[in-house]
Amino acid sequence: MDTMRDRFAPVVSRLLDEDPRVAVVLAEIGKDAFHEAVARHPARVINVGIREQLLVGAAAGMALTGLRPVVHTFASFLVERPFEQVKLDFGHQGTGAVLVSAAASFDWPAGGFTHMAPGDVALLDTLDGWTVHVPGHPDEAETLLRHAVAAGDDRVYVRLSVQSNRQARPVDGARFLTVREGRAGVVIAVGPLLDAVLDATEGMDATVLYATTVRPFDTAGLRRASEAAGTDVVLVEPYLAGTSTGAANDALADLPHRVLGLGVDRRELRRYGTVEEHTAAHGLDARGLRERIGGFLGAAAGVGSGV
Amino acid sequence: MTITADEHRTHGYADLPGLMSLMTGDEKHGPAATSTLDVLWVLYDRVLRVTPERAEDPGRDRFLLSKGHGPMAYYAVLAAKGFLPVGWLPGFGSYDSPLGHHPDRVLVPGAEIGSGSLGHGLPIGVGTALGLRAQGLHDPAVWVLIGDAELDEGSNHEAIAFAGPAGLDRLHTVVVDNASASHARPGGIAARFEAAGWSAATVDGRDHAALYEAFTAPHPGRPRVVVARVEPKNA
Repeated sequence: MDTMRDRFAPVVSRLLDEDPRVAVVLAEIGKDAFHEAVARHPARVINVGIREQLLVGAAAGMALTGLRPVVHTFASFLVERPFEQVKLDFGHQGTGAVLVSAAASFDWPAGGFTHMAPGDVALLDTLDGWTVHVPGHPDEAETLLRHAVAAGDDRVYVRLSVQSNRQARPVDGARFLTVREGRAGVVIAVGPLLDAVLDATEGMDATVLYATTVRPFDTAGLRRASEAAGTDVVLVEPYLAGTSTGAANDALADLPHRVLGLGVDRRELRRYGTVEEHTAAHGLDARGLRERIGGFLGAAAGVGSGV
Repeated sequence: MTITADEHRTHGYADLPGLMSLMTGDEKHGPAATSTLDVLWVLYDRVLRVTPERAEDPGRDRFLLSKGHGPMAYYAVLAAKGFLPVGWLPGFGSYDSPLGHHPDRVLVPGAEIGSGSLGHGLPIGVGTALGLRAQGLHDPAVWVLIGDAELDEGSNHEAIAFAGPAGLDRLHTVVVDNASASHARPGGIAARFEAAGWSAATVDGRDHAALYEAFTAPHPGRPRVVVARVEPKNA
């Protein structure tokens, strides 16, 4: 199967053809995929070189003239390195753009920690007004990229990953989808971790919600699910563990509730290897998830013995 | 000199110290407070094709104040030119005032960007020039004012190194040089820009005729920098 990133340039190239507001800003990474788009729209596909402060600042300047910039590089260099530009040049200037990252958590484990940014969503969460899409399948990435570009001058982050679920689901760019209904807990699976969550919770009496838009957090969706499934909530996020714990707490603030936040650990592994090995090391494979989700939801969820 | 009507009277260059006094409470202002004053006046009075009525015109010239600290001279010029009411000036820095010690574009009419954190204006200026070019707006000029010490910030060098080879000839930078950088070489500012393919001139930042000439000299195919030298900050 192709990856979300394989879809990125073709989708955005079509948007460049369709909408004269759309522009693409790159910092070398990903430029080859825009070869044809550059030929068709040389003034709207800009590669600034390996200059990430300029990448973000220039995109903001383009937005101030009325364009809709789509800005792309690896998450480490898109969100973390130029974070003050992200904060000021979009938020404080009162404008927006679509930031599209790749390789955020551990898509390239052999590349090591310099090319990992599991804290990207948590960082953006310190800022006001960002929409965050975390697709779990290349088809969903296409849908959410289109939503992002069409969202006026909003500030939108789209987190592309090589990790993917087996099948795409009808995501709408706003709400959580109910994938499974139960009565003894709500498990919110974010983006590409859905398949692992479904395998991990097989046989448990738990509701599984699928989240591909995590900011704004679908407070109403969680509350609705908790009416039947109760207020024990497990978040399974493909980025820093606990990133959405506060959002889930806020959603249930007036109710007694418990929240377990699972995701990528803070600890630097200092390991290379494969995506599968890193997934397991962070306890995000079906086996690791089943143990921790089962332990949290307990006997009421009817936890079986192993996967 | 163009005189602009505002609140039943007109303002010229001679009124700027008085307008600044409304903010500072001081009758006289030292070189640091006025380092940008002459550059700003010559730009707004004779060079920039922007007026309060054209503040939303896509074809207007853009002036981006990147060096956002010490904005009294900027607010005075904006008031003199009718972008904001003179009556706002005495509230400078107070809770209910739109005029902070660093300008906020969301609050200040005529301000193209908010600034304060150094090194943001020139990259945004590059993007503004790119955005105008992408929309076929080849006429409007983009001007960015930075300070000599602001050039310490690496983000400027990302912008300088890109804009020259990209041929952004509608991009202009004024570096107000009051020798405030701790580590600098005389002549180094213009040389830095020239090495990246910019057209450069260094002039007396108090000489209106020299500033005007430097601001309006042709520079086909290349972005333009004018280094405006004023009294050293620590002299």
